[in-house]
Amino acid sequence: MSNGNGGTLHTLSVLVEDKPGVLTRVAGLFSARGFNIDSLAVGPTESSGLSRMTIVVNVDLKPLEQVTKQLNKLINVIKILEHEPGSAVERELMLVKVRASGDDRARVMEIAEVFRVNVVDVTHATLTLEATGKPEKLEALLSLLGDHGVVELSRTGRIALGRGDRGIRERVLRAAND
Amino acid sequence: MTITGAQAVLKALEQEGVEVIFGIPGGASMPIYDPLVDGSTIRHILCRHEQGAGHAAEGYAWATGKVGVCMATSGPGGTNLVTPIADAKMDSVPIVAITGQVPTPVVGNDAFQEADITGITMPITKHNFLVKDPALIPETVREAFHIASTGRPGPVLIDLPKDVLLAETTWSWPERIDLPGYRPTTKGNQRQIVEAVKLILAAERPVLYVGGGTIKANASEELFRLATIGRLPVVTTLMARGAFPDSHELCLGMPGMHGNYTAVTSLQKADLLIALGTRFDDRVTGKLAAFAPNAKVIHADVDPAEIGKNRAVDVPIVGDCLDVIAKLVAELAKRQDEAGGAPDRSAWLGQLAEWQRRYPYRYDQQPDGPLKPQFCVERLRDHADEDTIVVAGVGQHQMYASQYWAFERPRHWINSGGLGTMGFAVPAAMGAKVGQPGERVVAIDGDGCFQMTAQELATSNTEKIPFITAILNNGYLGMVRQWQELFFDERYSGVYLNPDVPDYVKLAEAYGAVGLRADSPDEVDAVIEKAYSVEDRSVVIDFRVDPREMVFPMIAAGTSNDDIILGPEGATPISDPTEAPIV
Repeated sequence: MSNGNGGTLHTLSVLVEDKPGVLTRVAGLFSARGFNIDSLAVGPTESSGLSRMTIVVNVDLKPLEQVTKQLNKLINVIKILEHEPGSAVERELMLVKVRASGDDRARVMEIAEVFRVNVVDVTHATLTLEATGKPEKLEALLSLLGDHGVVELSRTGRIALGRGDRGIRERVLRAAND
Repeated sequence: MTITGAQAVLKALEQEGVEVIFGIPGGASMPIYDPLVDGSTIRHILCRHEQGAGHAAEGYAWATGKVGVCMATSGPGGTNLVTPIADAKMDSVPIVAITGQVPTPVVGNDAFQEADITGITMPITKHNFLVKDPALIPETVREAFHIASTGRPGPVLIDLPKDVLLAETTWSWPERIDLPGYRPTTKGNQRQIVEAVKLILAAERPVLYVGGGTIKANASEELFRLATIGRLPVVTTLMARGAFPDSHELCLGMPGMHGNYTAVTSLQKADLLIALGTRFDDRVTGKLAAFAPNAKVIHADVDPAEIGKNRAVDVPIVGDCLDVIAKLVAELAKRQDEAGGAPDRSAWLGQLAEWQRRYPYRYDQQPDGPLKPQFCVERLRDHADEDTIVVAGVGQHQMYASQYWAFERPRHWINSGGLGTMGFAVPAAMGAKVGQPGERVVAIDGDGCFQMTAQELATSNTEKIPFITAILNNGYLGMVRQWQELFFDERYSGVYLNPDVPDYVKLAEAYGAVGLRADSPDEVDAVIEKAYSVEDRSVVIDFRVDPREMVFPMIAAGTSNDDIILGPEGATPISDPTEAPIV
């Protein structure tokens, strides 16, 4: 996926030891080497003691290889997987508060219905929607809601799992071969 | 057995075979110092500044190949270690830094002498630990030494809150190390070795481009075999001086910004670079796009992130230099035996020899003229024996030392390469002497560098660690002055130090060292003989050298290695058609 900054968006799943400071180490490595993180989501995994980060980074393929190699050198990083486009299920959760009074309210409700998103809070002036889906769906939704006025917005950042029957530990990172 | 966290620290260090700690105590680290009174196999050397302690640990590690250990208290103690830690990271020096920390209940509370030293050192350590449970001290120490000394070596910091040091715990040394995210690849892939040897055999103008990784891996003997069996010329980078003997006919010496013409040009004209434990640093490559434009590249390094980082590679080999070079030797010897010997590269070797003859390092020492720094280095070299360990900081003196000393064996040249740390030489020389007490240690230093860490002379003479410091005193920050002369229209700004202040002879004497001075060329030999005759104390020699002297050859930053400037006259013979090199 391309964006406006000349780089390319890549989704990395990074399995890390659940130790203090590991998030700082990973985030610090990106900033120290001059890479922009588009989003970063982190949470526990199926194994106790391990966390999984999903990092979306805006970078060309060559520097991506360098950043994954540097990430691999962090002692607390167990495994890195770069998801090829289409090879992973990618989802994101978004909460968005939209101005919705008068005629706007019906239109926002209609959009919510079309996108199959839930209304989770209602005031006289606003509706708060909870949307889950592929990043592209959320972008499309946001673009329509923008006409009505977005009061505030919070997104979790992308999470991803590779398609197929294998887990991250059985896969080979494309960029980190020798 | 119940012991305190502090006792566990010492016991764990003893288990790791630590002989010496360079350090300074303070409030938070005091508990570790208390059990030292009861007797320990570990010697503590009280330094005068934590930066000195850190560089001393580095010098010890460089000279011995063992992990150097430095220790400081919380807050400013730790922050004073930041420079040596960063230096060790850049030059892959295995050190473990131990810091005291404020007690865990007040961590994050802006307590007295609190600094987030694990946060501060995260980007400049290979790894660091904050230990919150005394029971974890043994395994943390074990992991720290393992990480520091294996794979690509580097600095590891262990931060120990005071309450953790004072708490009681039970001693248990871990049977094994459990680091699931740390498994360095040390064995070179045989398939890649075969591919590499094919390229070597096919090459007409190969060069072994040898970096500090060969010394870290103790691979000098294998390197010698590879070069001599394959008849392959060798350049040794600033980090690798001594990995291959300078006196050998295949040795071309140092490449890079101040390397000699032959070493620099051999890389530019090569059709194959066999890069071993080196990282295509900008000080070697010059303008990267113009570096070795016709060369295929074999790149072996224990750190996969270095391979392809700066230069595209034809045959990448991840592995420890000792293993990789041994395999290259075996494969190359086998193939050459089948083929009836090494390929005939006499034209290439002849060309290199011709360049060496025509373009050696040069300077002009007039008998009654100003004292030249290169002359001082040459005389220091000629009076020394082969076992002498030479230490330098960063700047002109470092380049003169690397250029004019003849290094015959590894671990006898110690300097600050990647970070370029002023003040490195004096404490690193002290650390080297502790590691190799039977060898003479000579720090060749600049007057600017010397003043940054000269206080460790007090440590040296109190702790009976004698070494020689030869100051090439030109009264300037010489390398900056050189750049201002060449690139800033001789507009000298912020570089004049004053050669008379301090009086280095008196300063040396104040520190309990012997102070000597040479103002002119005819005084140099006597001063060096006197210095080398002193065994029980440190010596400082104040060589009053010509401030106008500059380091040549030189490749200006960001320019191509083809535009090498041979001397103050600025000639660049490679662009002269009559000097057209083969290719």
